[in-house]
This record gives sequence, C-alpha cells and structure tokens, in this order.
Amino acid sequence: MTDSSPVQVPGTVLTMRRIGTYQTMTLVAPGVAERFRPGQFVAVAVGGEQSSMLLRRCFSVREVKPDYGGTVEIVFAVRGKGTEWLAALRPRDIVDVAGPLGRPFPLPRDPVNCVLLGVAHGSAALFPLAAVLGQRDCRLHFVLGGATSDDVLGARGARRTGDSVAVATEDGSLGSAGSVGDLLPGVIEDAQADVVYACGPLDTLRAVTRTCTGYGIPAQVAVEEPMACGTGVCMACVLPVIGDDGGTHMVRTCVEGPVFRGERVRWDDVGTIPFDALGAPRALRLGERS
Amino acid sequence: MSVDLRTRIGAASLPNPIMTAAGCAGIGRELGRFFDVAKLGAFVTPSITPEARAGRPAPRLAETPSGVLNSTGLQGPGIDAFLARDLPWLDEQQARTIVSIAGNSVEEYAEVAGRLATAPGVTAVEINTACPNVEDRGLMFAAHPTAAAEVVRAVRAHTRRGVPVLAKLSADVTDVVGVAMACADAGADALSMINTLHGMAVDTSTFRPRLAGITGGLSGPAIRPVAVRCVYQVHAALPEVPIIGIGGVRTGLDALELVLAGASAVAVGTANIHDPSACVRILRELDAALRERGISHLADAVGLAHKPAGTLMRRIDPNVGVAEPTEQETLQ
Ligand SMILES: Cc1cc2nc3c(=O)[nH]c(=O)nc-3n(C[C@H](O)[C@H](O)[C@H](O)COP(=O)(O)OP(=O)(O)OC[C@H]3O[C@@H](n4cnc5c(N)ncnc54)[C@H](O)[C@@H]3O)c2cc1C
Ligand SMILES: Cc1cc2nc3c(=O)[nH]c(=O)nc-3n(C[C@H](O)[C@H](O)[C@H](O)COP(=O)(O)O)c2cc1C
Ligand code: FES
Repeated sequence: MTDSSPVQVPGTVLTMRRIGTYQTMTLVAPGVAERFRPGQFVAVAVGGEQSSMLLRRCFSVREVKPDYGGTVEIVFAVRGKGTEWLAALRPRDIVDVAGPLGRPFPLPRDPVNCVLLGVAHGSAALFPLAAVLGQRDCRLHFVLGGATSDDVLGARGARRTGDSVAVATEDGSLGSAGSVGDLLPGVIEDAQADVVYACGPLDTLRAVTRTCTGYGIPAQVAVEEPMACGTGVCMACVLPVIGDDGGTHMVRTCVEGPVFRGERVRWDDVGTIPFDALGAPRALRLGERS
Repeated sequence: MSVDLRTRIGAASLPNPIMTAAGCAGIGRELGRFFDVAKLGAFVTPSITPEARAGRPAPRLAETPSGVLNSTGLQGPGIDAFLARDLPWLDEQQARTIVSIAGNSVEEYAEVAGRLATAPGVTAVEINTACPNVEDRGLMFAAHPTAAAEVVRAVRAHTRRGVPVLAKLSADVTDVVGVAMACADAGADALSMINTLHGMAVDTSTFRPRLAGITGGLSGPAIRPVAVRCVYQVHAALPEVPIIGIGGVRTGLDALELVLAGASAVAVGTANIHDPSACVRILRELDAALRERGISHLADAVGLAHKPAGTLMRRIDPNVGVAEPTEQETLQ
C-alpha cells in the first residue's frame, strides 16, 4: 500500500455554512488532506451506521488544509435523500469518508496560460487546482457559470487569485446572459490559452472539448457520472473512452477518471455501449453474425 | 479465548470464513488499497467469461431501501486478460482466489474452466448459474435442475481434482432445494447462495425505469432473509454439502446468522460498495460474536439453528455475554 492509496476514516464535521444555494462542509479527515491532489474527490457514506442508503455520495474537494490534522472542504447542493442527510449534520457529527479517490488533473511542467472553467458546484474542483497552478506561476483565467447568480460558485475567490474572471448565468443575473460555452472562445483568444481545465455537466464538457479541439489546445475535463462506490468495485460509473490503443473501452470514471482528456471521451455515446467498444454485444457489431 | 475460524469448502481449507462476493469487489486491487486481500478467507472474482464483455449501458446501479439494483451485465476483460493480468496479481498477494465463471452455453463454461485448469493460484471455481442459457430459450441455468446439473458436470469435468467446484444458486426459483440437489449430484463440492433477486425500480420524476437495463438484480440487507431461508432449507436437505452464505451481510452478526442457518463460509457483496473495509470489519465482528457466545470453533456454529429448541447449552445475555446454563437446560 503506497502513500497515494486512499484512506477510509471517520471524518468529524468542523463547520457547516450556507453559501448561495450550496452547503459548505469542512471535515477533519486525517490522511485525506495530505494525499489529496487537485481533481480528486471523496466518497462519503450517508445516513449513519444502519443506513438504508447503501451507495456512497461523491464530492469534489474545494480545499484542503493541514489544520486540525488535515481538513477537507466540500460544497454541495441538496438534491436527494443523501445530500439532505448531509446538510442536516452539525459540528462534531461523524461521517465515514473515503478518499482521496480518482485521477487528478495533470499539471503543466512550465508556467502556461490556463483557463479554468466551472459550472455550478463543478467549480469547486477548480480552486485547489488554481492554488497549485499559481505556485507554478501559471496565468489563471476563470470562466464560471450557473443558472442564476446564486448558483455561481467561487466568483469572489476567483477574482482574488485569477488574472481574469468571466461569468455567465442563464438568466443574466450575474455576468453575461448565456452559457460559459459562449464565453470560452473569447477567453481562449484573449488569454492565448495553452490548456483548458473544466468541470460541469456533460453538455458543457462536450462543448468545451469541441472548442478546444478547434483551437488545437488540450481540454482536461472532470466528469461527474453517477457513482455508487467511488472505489472501483461496482462498475456503476462507466463511460465510453478511447484508450491508448485507439479502441473504445467502457472505463470506470471513479478510478480511471474523473479527469479525462476531453477528446478521448465519446460524448455522443455516453449512456450507450458503442457497437465498436471492446466486448460490445456481437449483435451490435456491424457485419458480424452472432 | 481465541476462536478457531478455519473452515473447509470441499478440499480447500480457508483460514477464515469471510469472502468477497462475485462482482462486488473489483479484481482485488481496488480493495487492496484499503486492506491486505490475503486477510480474506478467499477473494471471489467477478464472473469471468470467455471473451471481453462491455456490459450494459449506464445507469447501472440504483439505490432502493436497504438494497441496490444492478444491471452491470458482467462487464469484464475475458479469460485471457484475467489470466495474464489479474490472477497473477492475486497470487502475488497470496490471496486464496475463487474464480467465478460465466457463459451463455455449457460449452462457454467448459471453455473457461478448461483455461483455468492449468493456471496456478486457483483455490476453487464458482459457477454463476444465473446466466441466460442462450441455447435454451434464454432461461437462466439456475432455473432448472437439469440445466444447472449439466453445467456443473461440464465444469467439474474440466477442473482438476482437488480444486472444489462451487455452484452458485439463484433464489428466483420455485424449489431451490431441488436445484441444489441436482448440482450436488452432478459433482458440485459446495453451494453458494444466493445470487441477486430479479427486481425493478421506476423513477417517479422521469417516469422511466431507473436502470438502463430496465430490470436488474436486487442485493444488500433487503434480501438477507431470503438468503437465510435458502441456506437453512438446503442445509436441512444436504447437511454434508458445504454452503457459502451470501446475501445482505453487513455485520459480523449478519454473517453469524447465515452460519447458524448452515453456511460454512460467508461472502460479502453490496457491503463492499458501502464500506470498502467491510470484509475485515465483519471478520473482526464475527470473531467477537463467537467469543461472546462461548463458541471456540466456527465449525461448531454451522447449522446450529437446526437444533430443536431447548437443546442448546448456552444462552446469550446481550449485556453480560454468555449466561450460565439454567438448571432446566442442564437437566435436558
Ligand atoms: C466525482 C464527483 C464529484 C462530485 N462533486 C460534487 C460537488 O462538489 N458538489 C455537489 O453538489 N455534487 C457533486 N457531485 C454530485 C453528487 O455526488 C450528487 O449530487 C449526490 O451524490 C446526490 O446525492 P443524493 O443522495 O442527494 O441523491 P440520490 O439521487 O439519492 O443519489 C443516489 C445515488 O446516485 C448518485 N448520484 C445522484 N446524482 C448524481 C450526480 N449528479 N452525479 C453523480 N452521482 C450522482 C449518488 O452519488 C448516489 O450514489 C459529484 C459527483 C461525482 C461523481
Ligand atoms: C454490482 C454487482 C455485481 C455483481 N456481479 C456478480 C457476478 O459477476 N457474478 C455473480 O455470481 N454474482 C454477482 N453479483 C451478485 C453477488 O455476488 C451476490 O450474490 C449478491 O449481491 C448478494 O449478496 P449481497 O447482498 O451481499 O450483495 C453482483 C452483485 C452486484 C451488486
Ligand atoms: S462507482 Fe463503483 S466502480 Fe465507479
């Protein structure tokens, strides 16, 4: 067991805060913070020891600190039963945390111009990344979005640390009206971007990938596919991804992701088993009789 | 007092009775990041098929009350990749590996078993009989005693003597005892039960089935009473055939419940999804539970629930541990 292995620890709630439509939770989770690299996530058990909710809930890490033996901060929206339970926790309550999990963002060796694009709670993952890129003297250009101004996460922090910040909301209540995808080409050009890092809904990541391909720059995207264990044991979280061998594989986003090179993901085939994927049912393969 | 947790599954002896359940523990490496897989009584692999399989589309898992529905579709790399990459890793960790196998025809099962016969590091072979038999109207092998027996016979014929063959049974049948007897007669050295139960969930917001595969297999604590019932019935009918109890085990006491019903070993499935350290915790809890009950050998606990009421020597006071036998019990 190497040090890059995740740990599973009882996490103690240190603080709970509401920010806009989000709940921010800081956990004392020794071991997780030291091992964490930007882009990785944590998987928490919800509902207590005898919980009837058996699937773990996964969250991006917004910040880690060495305080109190290592703290981890997550930001989440209340969506279903699990996040409802989490939102009702109080300081000193205990939650079972496994992490850090997944493949982190690859980092550039040289100081380059980076665009960091995030929609809604997806922006959380950008902030630890920005901290590391900043230490490497990269220039940081943020593009943040959400449905309304309340949904835009971290705009203030981005203004503090970024070289530029562009915001788009669907209702126009903050920044320009529309989507982050509309802003991206302008930002890439103005910033002379070398790479785009993005987190958000699938449609956004697909659009980001297309734009980056047009400019000939890499898109490093963190996907958020429904997960169940977060640790790679259940095969719930698969996505069709083109591998190093050029073939399509159904890969687990929790262990081979959540970060992928955008052009490797077969966005239009998400939610299907493409006929040419490794091990696709014979009946789906063209020209082949089963 | 130390508890002797050793158990036997046919010719295989295991240091303890806790195993992973097929398909709920990755290929070993995943859980190996949380604990040493050699600590398990045995590691059971996902069901290995002759060729690579991409599985079913997502969403593949849905949470239900105390349960999980899955339609993963046996995604896996196929026997060649398993032999080249995964089995050697498990062997290196010194894990005892039970290879679960699957196929769509008797020939496919036989083919996988044959490929395993010469591979080092196979402690036992478990036949997943829940696969559709494409040659017989797509009914699962487990549905009929004759179909189940046929596949057991073929696998037994392709497996080395000394390597136990386990038949994993489904509870979605009218007469699980009949299927169990047919498998034992056909040469199964042990029986694993149960596999998932066929189920379905509909999303009340989207009005659509929650799994892309529409129906799926239900697992987790929600199915434990069904597993206990099957183990109990089959142990009553075939007391000499070892049983691996599977279904909803989450704690040491859950494992003990299956042992009391007649299981010689216990496999943990969905609990690994919830808690990656579940197996080592359950092992610790089972050890403590046996000790509290004054049972020094796991083997002594197997099937105790079959004893007529009043014949047990000890009673448990949950606050005190083992109670002294009452006068009446001593007299009996
Ligand atoms: C790598 C990763 C990072 C994430 N980061 C964040 C974050 O920083 N902030 C945040 O608010 N949300 C995040 N999510 C989404 C978050 O996991 C889900 O919103 C949350 O699990 C919903 O749980 P629930 O109990 O409220 O919903 P339920 O519908 O009861 O959840 C049932 C199951 O489905 C899974 N699930 C449901 N919705 C999603 C979803 N949209 N994406 C993935 N899995 C889902 C749950 O994890 C759970 O296993 C992330 C998801 C992933 C995979
Ligand atoms: C995600 C998932 C995948 C599974 N894959 C397999 C498999 O490949 N072969 C098999 O025989 N059983 C498979 N099963 C069934 C389990 O091995 C086990 O029999 C069942 O889940 C009941 O145990 P549990 O309640 O402890 O999970 C799978 C179950 C789940 C939840
Ligand atoms: S969520 Fe279980 S394998 Fe990825």
